[in-house]
Amino acid sequence: MKITGKRLRPLFGAIAIVGAASVVLAGCSSSSSTSPTKSAAAGDTSAVISTNGSEPQNPLIPSNTTETGGGKIVTSIFEGLVSYDAKGATVNEVAKSIKSSDQQNWDIKLNSGWKFTDGTAVTAESFTKAWDWAAKFSNAQSAGYFFSNFKGFDAAKDSDLDLTVVSPTEFKVALTAPQADFPLSLGYSAFYPLPASFYKDTKAFGQNPVGNGPYKLKSATAWTHNVGINLVTNKDYKGKRKPVNGGLDIKFYTTTEAAYADVQSGNLDILDAVPASDFATYKSDFPNTNANQAAAIFQSVTIPSYLAHFGEDKEGKLRREAISLAINRAQVTKVIFQGTRTPAKDFTSPTIDGYSGSLKGNDVLTYNKTKAKKLWAEANAISPYSGTFSISYNADGDHKTWVDAVANSISSTLGIKAEGKSYPIFSALLADESAHKMTGAFRSGWQADYPSLYDFLAPLYGTGQGSNYGQYTSKEFDNYMTEGSAKTTVAAANKVYQSAQELLLKDLPAIPLWYSNVTGVWSTKVDNVKFGWDSVPLYFEVSKK
Amino acid sequence: MPSSPSQLSADHFVADLEETPIRAVDAVDESEKPRSSWTDAWESMRSRPLFWISGVLILLIIAVAIFPGVFNHVSATSANLNNSNGSPRAGHIMGFTYQGQDVYARLIVGARASLTVGILATLICTVIGIIIGALAGYYGGWLDAVVSRIGDIFFSIPTVLGAIVIMTTIPNRTPLTVAVILAIFAWPQVARQMRGAVISAAATDYVMASTALGVSRFRILIRHVVPNAINPVIVIATVSLGTFIVAESTLSFLGIGLPGTTISWGNDISSAQTYLRTAPLPLLWPAVALSITVLSFLMMGDVVRDALDPKARARR
Amino acid sequence: MVWYASRRLLQLIPVFFGATLLIYFMVFALPGDPVAALYGDKQPSPEVIAQVRAQFNLDKPFIVQYLIWIGHLFQGNLGTTFSGIPVIDQLKQAFPITFRLSMLALLFEAVAGILVGLVSGLRRGKIFDNSALVVSLLLISVPTFVIGFLLQYFFGVKWGLFSTTVSAAAPWHELVLPAIVLATVSFAYIVRLTRSSVAETMNADFVRTATAKGLPRRRVIYVHILRNSLVPVVTYLGVDIGSLMVGAIVTEGIFNIQGVGGTVYKAIQLGQGPTVVAFVAIMVIIFMLANLLVDLLYALLDPRIRYAK
Repeated sequence: MKITGKRLRPLFGAIAIVGAASVVLAGCSSSSSTSPTKSAAAGDTSAVISTNGSEPQNPLIPSNTTETGGGKIVTSIFEGLVSYDAKGATVNEVAKSIKSSDQQNWDIKLNSGWKFTDGTAVTAESFTKAWDWAAKFSNAQSAGYFFSNFKGFDAAKDSDLDLTVVSPTEFKVALTAPQADFPLSLGYSAFYPLPASFYKDTKAFGQNPVGNGPYKLKSATAWTHNVGINLVTNKDYKGKRKPVNGGLDIKFYTTTEAAYADVQSGNLDILDAVPASDFATYKSDFPNTNANQAAAIFQSVTIPSYLAHFGEDKEGKLRREAISLAINRAQVTKVIFQGTRTPAKDFTSPTIDGYSGSLKGNDVLTYNKTKAKKLWAEANAISPYSGTFSISYNADGDHKTWVDAVANSISSTLGIKAEGKSYPIFSALLADESAHKMTGAFRSGWQADYPSLYDFLAPLYGTGQGSNYGQYTSKEFDNYMTEGSAKTTVAAANKVYQSAQELLLKDLPAIPLWYSNVTGVWSTKVDNVKFGWDSVPLYFEVSKK
Repeated sequence: MPSSPSQLSADHFVADLEETPIRAVDAVDESEKPRSSWTDAWESMRSRPLFWISGVLILLIIAVAIFPGVFNHVSATSANLNNSNGSPRAGHIMGFTYQGQDVYARLIVGARASLTVGILATLICTVIGIIIGALAGYYGGWLDAVVSRIGDIFFSIPTVLGAIVIMTTIPNRTPLTVAVILAIFAWPQVARQMRGAVISAAATDYVMASTALGVSRFRILIRHVVPNAINPVIVIATVSLGTFIVAESTLSFLGIGLPGTTISWGNDISSAQTYLRTAPLPLLWPAVALSITVLSFLMMGDVVRDALDPKARARR
Repeated sequence: MVWYASRRLLQLIPVFFGATLLIYFMVFALPGDPVAALYGDKQPSPEVIAQVRAQFNLDKPFIVQYLIWIGHLFQGNLGTTFSGIPVIDQLKQAFPITFRLSMLALLFEAVAGILVGLVSGLRRGKIFDNSALVVSLLLISVPTFVIGFLLQYFFGVKWGLFSTTVSAAAPWHELVLPAIVLATVSFAYIVRLTRSSVAETMNADFVRTATAKGLPRRRVIYVHILRNSLVPVVTYLGVDIGSLMVGAIVTEGIFNIQGVGGTVYKAIQLGQGPTVVAFVAIMVIIFMLANLLVDLLYALLDPRIRYAK
């Protein structure tokens, strides 16, 4: 019969292994790690590290790479003006200095001596031409919007950015408004330089990119679609991310479960995403070679302001607060996620500079049954609520379990009907979100492109912003964003952003849930595995025994 | 009596009535009701313990599906994460799911949706498949060509694609919707099976004999060909009842099956799969229920098949 | 017979167009905008999305899109994915692997299924029959992903007998374990079908005649009973080829195989019409050829069946 289970079972998630055998395996690995290999632990600088990845959605052009599959490769083969250290602080790379007196007109000086792997020099033009190209409307680059605050940017027609090349090692950028965290954003892949050869044949470049990063493609055909990509160390690399290994084999997996099994059997060195099925056991499977740390990923449930009973009025605010108080974040992260999520205390992430876990009013993010019921009753006094509170999610991601748990928490606390509502594919959910046709709340999340509070706030809650699917509008919030950008230091700007967050904690356009941790495991053959602020392992530091 | 064959003569070929008196066994009891093949089948089934065992099991499963309240008094939806994957204890004999819901309660309540999907999908695709397959196999020619090729097209459509399209155009997903979707993409299997068996059966001597006797073609199809070709379809139908219930689980997991709020064995199997390694019980119980259901229908299918086949009956 | 076969091959043409039109329409009918979905939670400007839509002809009416696709097809161009990979490359990558995998699975389920079913049918109600029933029941009601992961864990991770995942080249020996997993559910069907068919054939007159003639039991079983019982089994196998090829989504995911099932599933999720329709078109052709083969086998297995015209 055609409809056998096997025909349909999903790609995502959810596969597991029975039994105590894993304990045996764990025992093996710990004993081997104590074996006398200390002398070799310094690492073999020619050894290649294998790690998990996924097929890039687009050709490997930095300004068109905004998803993690391609991102992991692009950040390994390119180097920007600055790079980020493990904590997300910027380190100068190609840039010698990035200066401005008004936070609006920036003067960027470059170090000389940097080369692309085709031998051409990295100059000011490598940046200005690349940025101009990326911002051009007709090139339809997915990261094109990163240039929207550049003078000369036009979202609807081709135009030139206002960039001035002073000398091969200096250029100037003019923004439309002050932006204090501009240097912070420059480590993002949209701002990487491109060699002259790129413009001759962009199509060929996308398959065999030429960069200036710590690694380069092993050969012109190193990228085998759907299978993986082989990178080797770039000997000419002049930056701070100098690899101590010989290269990277990024293997593409359709499920992280398969990748996990490969690490277990020694076929893969590093996995940076433990599947849900192994949350409970990854620590015993890999007792000394696992990581679970906060990452710059924020997850929430957005309640659109057009939803009946949840408008931006008194009733709506009461209900939003009640819903937030009714979610037992501590319990859900502990039981459902086995501690691989951290309950949210704000709208950003603890790995971001300026983060505060003690914002005024963040007690609304702590489970409080009595207060939740009281507020819900007050809202009912204004206008009685009958119906089902639904939380929509796309079924082709890994969301059902936590959505159900959150709905159950709301339901049992407030005594109302609450349930998860699944959309078969992501595009269907997105279509309803964009058309403002949601009939309930929906899951939402944000992964930072660069380590800044602003990046977590303005695109999501600013009036009319592309990702503001909840249709939140607040003059006060918008003012905070403009005000923060104009500050001369990041610290001063962050203060303003914190005030903006305190406003959000009152209005609750989205209900913060938790920060997604990065959970990784690796084999005992590799050493010194650390994860960056963006959840990607710092591959260049990894050594192989 | 002549002792040598050569002495046989036509006059003596038929024995005189007096020589072979009517024995009791040959006597016609005119007071008895005429026996149809159905009564024969019933007689045959009645005498087999397998029939009674599977019959009782099926009745029990159906009773659970219709009156879940009789078998269960615990809420199947109330969830408490403190009980997540909890072990069995008094009042909760099968333990708890990952969300902290009572496994036994969900098993009982979920029977209805699962059985509805399984039985409806099986019925729909079997009926469509039998009709189309029988006509195609028996009449052949252009009818066969058209019908078989439509089957090929349907069969090549990935079920996932069909289900997503249909499920997103139909707002209210019920067990019936899921059953229809499963059946739409499964009938060609039954049809081909039926077609093959009909082609086989149509080539047998008794069909030729009936044709020679001048019985109408359609009548032959109904009276002789189909009953002799139904065997593989019964097998397919009884097995697919189970696979449909499992397939529903997969559709649910993809978000294109029953809504998450509808409790079903399939939904629970798909939710429990992630935690199989640490908590196998919430997956085991619905799978066991599924096995028992399939087993009872398989056994019943076996008995019915035997009973309908006069040759198998004779051998017993 | 040659005439029959060539007529069947001619039917490929209308079926090809019917199937591709239908599939193209279904992909078109998928909800939402596949281009917008490419960008995830971070949407570029609507103008950028509109431009990419135009680039892939997604802004045109359905029938125009289909005709463009057909036009390109006749020029030997099957289109590209959103990421610029030619669909033809996807076909070249996925089909050989899937072909090897499904042939292995077909071999396993046919050999094991027919053998077990034969013995079960000959000894109905005996201990072997009952154990076979229990095993096939388990295979039906325990989902493939459970069986797949148990096998992967014990044979791959723990005992190291097979590789845990399949490498890019997907050589035959690495596909053995996935093929067994893939074959499990069909195995149950084939056991039941063979068993029932054998039980029925055993009562047939020609078997009684053969036995009465004093033919050796082996000959009666293999030549008379088995051969005449194979029609339903062969029918099943013919249809199952397709299920094995497109239906391997889970198995492919478990063992990280880059085959047809996973590629089509991903393309459906991403709304990539050219990929889906190209794969399905080839599936239709494979189906029709498999079914033709099955029909020709009927005549071979059962000499009474003749294809008149």
